[in-house]
Amino acid sequence: MTNVKTTNVKQLDKLILRFAGDSGDGMQLVGDRFSIESAIFGNDLVTLPDYPAEIRAPAGTLPGVSAFQIQIADHDILTPGDIPDALVAMNPAALKANFRNITSATTIIVNSDSFDERSLAKAGYSSNPLTDGSLAGYKVYEVPMTSLTVEASKDSGAKPRDAERAKNFFALGLVSWIYGRPTKDVLDWMTEHFASKPLVLEVNKRAFNAGYNFGETAELFESSYEIGPAKLPPGEYTQITGNTAIAWGLVVAADLSRLSLFLGSYPITPASDILHELAKHKNFGVRTFQAEDEISAVQAALGASFGGSLGVTTTSGPGLDLKAETIGLALSLELPLLVIDVQRAGPSTGMPTKPEQSDLLTACYGRHGEAPLPVLAAKTPTDCFDVVIEAVRIAIKYRTPVILLSDAYLANGSEPWRLPDLDGFDRIDPGFADSPNYEEADGRRVLYPYLRDADTLARPWVLPGTPGLEHRIGGLEKKEPSGEVSYDPINHALMTRIRRDKIAGIARDIPPVFVDDPDDGVGEGTQLLVLGWGSTYGAITTAAKRVRARGKKVAHAHLTYLNPFPSNLGDVLSKYSKVIVPECNLGQLTMMIRAKFLVDAHCISKVQGQPFKSSELERTIISVLDGQVQHGIDEDGVTR
Amino acid sequence: MNTQTTRKDWVSDQEVRWCPGCGDYSVLMAMQMMLVTAGATPENTVFVSGIGCSSRFPYYMNTYGVHSIHGRAPAFATGLAISRPDLDVWVITGDGDALSIGGNHFIHALRRNINIKILLFNNQIYGLTKGQYSPTTEIGHITKSSPYGSLDAPFNPVSLALGAQGSFVARTHDMDRQHMIDMFKRAWLHKGAAMVEIYQNCNIYNDGAFEKITAKDARADNLIPLEHKKPIIFGKEKELGVILDAADGNVTGGPSVNLRIAKVQDVGQDKILVHDETREDSSLAFALSRLSRGVFEPTPIGVFRDVSTPEYGAQVADQLDGVKAKKGTGTLKQLLRSGPTWTVD
Repeated sequence: MTNVKTTNVKQLDKLILRFAGDSGDGMQLVGDRFSIESAIFGNDLVTLPDYPAEIRAPAGTLPGVSAFQIQIADHDILTPGDIPDALVAMNPAALKANFRNITSATTIIVNSDSFDERSLAKAGYSSNPLTDGSLAGYKVYEVPMTSLTVEASKDSGAKPRDAERAKNFFALGLVSWIYGRPTKDVLDWMTEHFASKPLVLEVNKRAFNAGYNFGETAELFESSYEIGPAKLPPGEYTQITGNTAIAWGLVVAADLSRLSLFLGSYPITPASDILHELAKHKNFGVRTFQAEDEISAVQAALGASFGGSLGVTTTSGPGLDLKAETIGLALSLELPLLVIDVQRAGPSTGMPTKPEQSDLLTACYGRHGEAPLPVLAAKTPTDCFDVVIEAVRIAIKYRTPVILLSDAYLANGSEPWRLPDLDGFDRIDPGFADSPNYEEADGRRVLYPYLRDADTLARPWVLPGTPGLEHRIGGLEKKEPSGEVSYDPINHALMTRIRRDKIAGIARDIPPVFVDDPDDGVGEGTQLLVLGWGSTYGAITTAAKRVRARGKKVAHAHLTYLNPFPSNLGDVLSKYSKVIVPECNLGQLTMMIRAKFLVDAHCISKVQGQPFKSSELERTIISVLDGQVQHGIDEDGVTR
Repeated sequence: MNTQTTRKDWVSDQEVRWCPGCGDYSVLMAMQMMLVTAGATPENTVFVSGIGCSSRFPYYMNTYGVHSIHGRAPAFATGLAISRPDLDVWVITGDGDALSIGGNHFIHALRRNINIKILLFNNQIYGLTKGQYSPTTEIGHITKSSPYGSLDAPFNPVSLALGAQGSFVARTHDMDRQHMIDMFKRAWLHKGAAMVEIYQNCNIYNDGAFEKITAKDARADNLIPLEHKKPIIFGKEKELGVILDAADGNVTGGPSVNLRIAKVQDVGQDKILVHDETREDSSLAFALSRLSRGVFEPTPIGVFRDVSTPEYGAQVADQLDGVKAKKGTGTLKQLLRSGPTWTVD
């Protein structure tokens, strides 16, 4: 197949494409392939899988719609985009479910074969939107994808029922032609992926080629498009999701610390892929333990930490609740432990596949007793890699459980990642104790397990098996510094403050928060600070850029460290007369900021189980600059 | 440390704080004596406990120890044992800790055959919280939380452990130090998960719970010693024995396994069941655990089951080695290139 175009070719600087179909239609698969094609072609990109929790909701219904959005660009981008330039709808339900996400500027490509009476009824259409005029003003391409796919498989030996399942590859072939994607990588991937099923391979290849050729020959499309490669920093790249970045970061952190990695985990959406990924890497010495429940998962990880491994557990909100008591034990034992919470919309079971940032207060405060611990959050899929290594460094250096917050958006979203120079990472020294640290009055050298490092306040980490350092630790209060059980009131007050000070002191060991404020000191200076944390990074950064492009001033600071806060945060907040905090919750960071710094920070909420769109934040920032009070994205009734 | 230890090497500097007269003291003594004779080393020994009176045990042993949280000791020990196969990992737990709040971890540790030794101190009561009924308390028992009698059907820990596919399941009692030492030693030698139920007297909240069968003068007639390859007989004159009444006479294939106690002279010596700890099918061991309806009638003690089956941690290690042999030891360079890569100039 050649890439020679007979039609007019237009250049685009970016494309936002959304594939939508039934959850059995393979939309995630073709979305992934389109991403890889584009990544290898050299575009920058960000993806947003958006699918239901049910494996197969009733076919053809709105709850069963699975979508995959991707933005590709010839420049550096940070979000999967707001309004799709093109929507591929494989059935009426997919069109209906996504209709509120598009405008008349969106090109709609539908599988017209699926717009029969029964499917229309299932989607809740009383008449056919393709014919009743409701799409007037939209550019709609009706392509009989099912029948063309079946036609293409003629004489291949496949039954029509089986052949029509390849229609997703027909769609992929068609958009690959429209948007000038190279096809070799898809075909190579198919050859490898379906090697053991020659008939499936044949049918899929034919469908893909048929879709591509249809675009070229049908003269339906007045032009095709090209999106040039982005000018990314030179280097070797791969494409990575947040979950994979966490898994790889853990393997690297284990290597940097020369510790064995032990993952205790219980299956839970959207965190399970970290378990799956690590379970593949046994040749790196990674032990993955699929526990009987969330509690066992974290207890086993803590047990492994006690034995000198890098103990890690991965979970999502409901699991974080269950792990709370063990996290408190880890905090009392003062052992390294990493708890990774891939947040999803709550409370309770909530919406398991949809992102939210609503576990922040649970992470910071969700344990009984005075129980502080470090909390970090990743801001992009690739940032997960760096942040997980930093979380491990803190856990080991300070002998403390650390909670790392990701979310469903980062977990499943992907972007190109320039492979890091691994020599650039510092070694992490576990610093195991090898000798007694205290001399008793009678001259005996003994181990005091709670005799601390004067600088970090960290206690010794002792490997069981070390002769002469046998000791007992537990969840009961311990006497400072011998570690014996103690109910002494003054000692408890002392220990409570030491545990607080140890975590607070980490602020001296983390970088100050960076403020993106190009207009700092220009004219009257910038008045408004947008403070974000976690996965809102891309949307806020993009929105701030656009606001500045309109000649207005706005500053953006983004927190990786939620506890302790960077030591300059108070100064940063006091510099701006207005502070807004966009969060996918009802104001959790806002509450922490207000409590700690007494600033009149204002929350911009979005709790729809969807990430912020940059256009939403752009509008919000503009209206705040104009002096209006904004309460949140949900309340203005506008969702695009 | 390769030198022979003495009991003193195993005693920590902490004052033992169980109630005077508590059965836990004799268990502690038996454990310390067993570890000396077995040739164990304190630095390679770890005691992990949950919450409850017995869970204070690790503080009194001069070994590595963790007093963790309620019910979760088997899970903590699982992570430790999988990642450190070189250690002897003991779990100290009670009837409330292991069978109520921690029931899930208890059965899964046994099912997976994790290399941990669980000592279950069964006193049929919650002691530390001062006298509520536990999952092993007899029906009708009056406690602080059951002033009109407990309605809960009790667990039989041996039955539960066998049902959970425990590869080593035994029972002993706190009035017989030598028997405890023997059982602990057998557990220590076993490769994989071991569960030893200890009938343990709480002299404050449930005094005399086991007296009907464990008092010195009651033992001969009420404790049925299980000994490998020996006929199961008991009684002052060894006049009683356990016989098999299977509907079709087939132990493993029959619809049920009915055991009953008979006079040896009535049925004849060769009808007496010969105990076999190593029987792969645990039906007969389970039937033995059901022989007694409670601690008021003749009850088997000793090793119910001791079968050799792959230990989990060793299998984990074998799998790591196997994948390394097949794929080669992973390098970070390969890891980052697991998916498609491309170069930007």
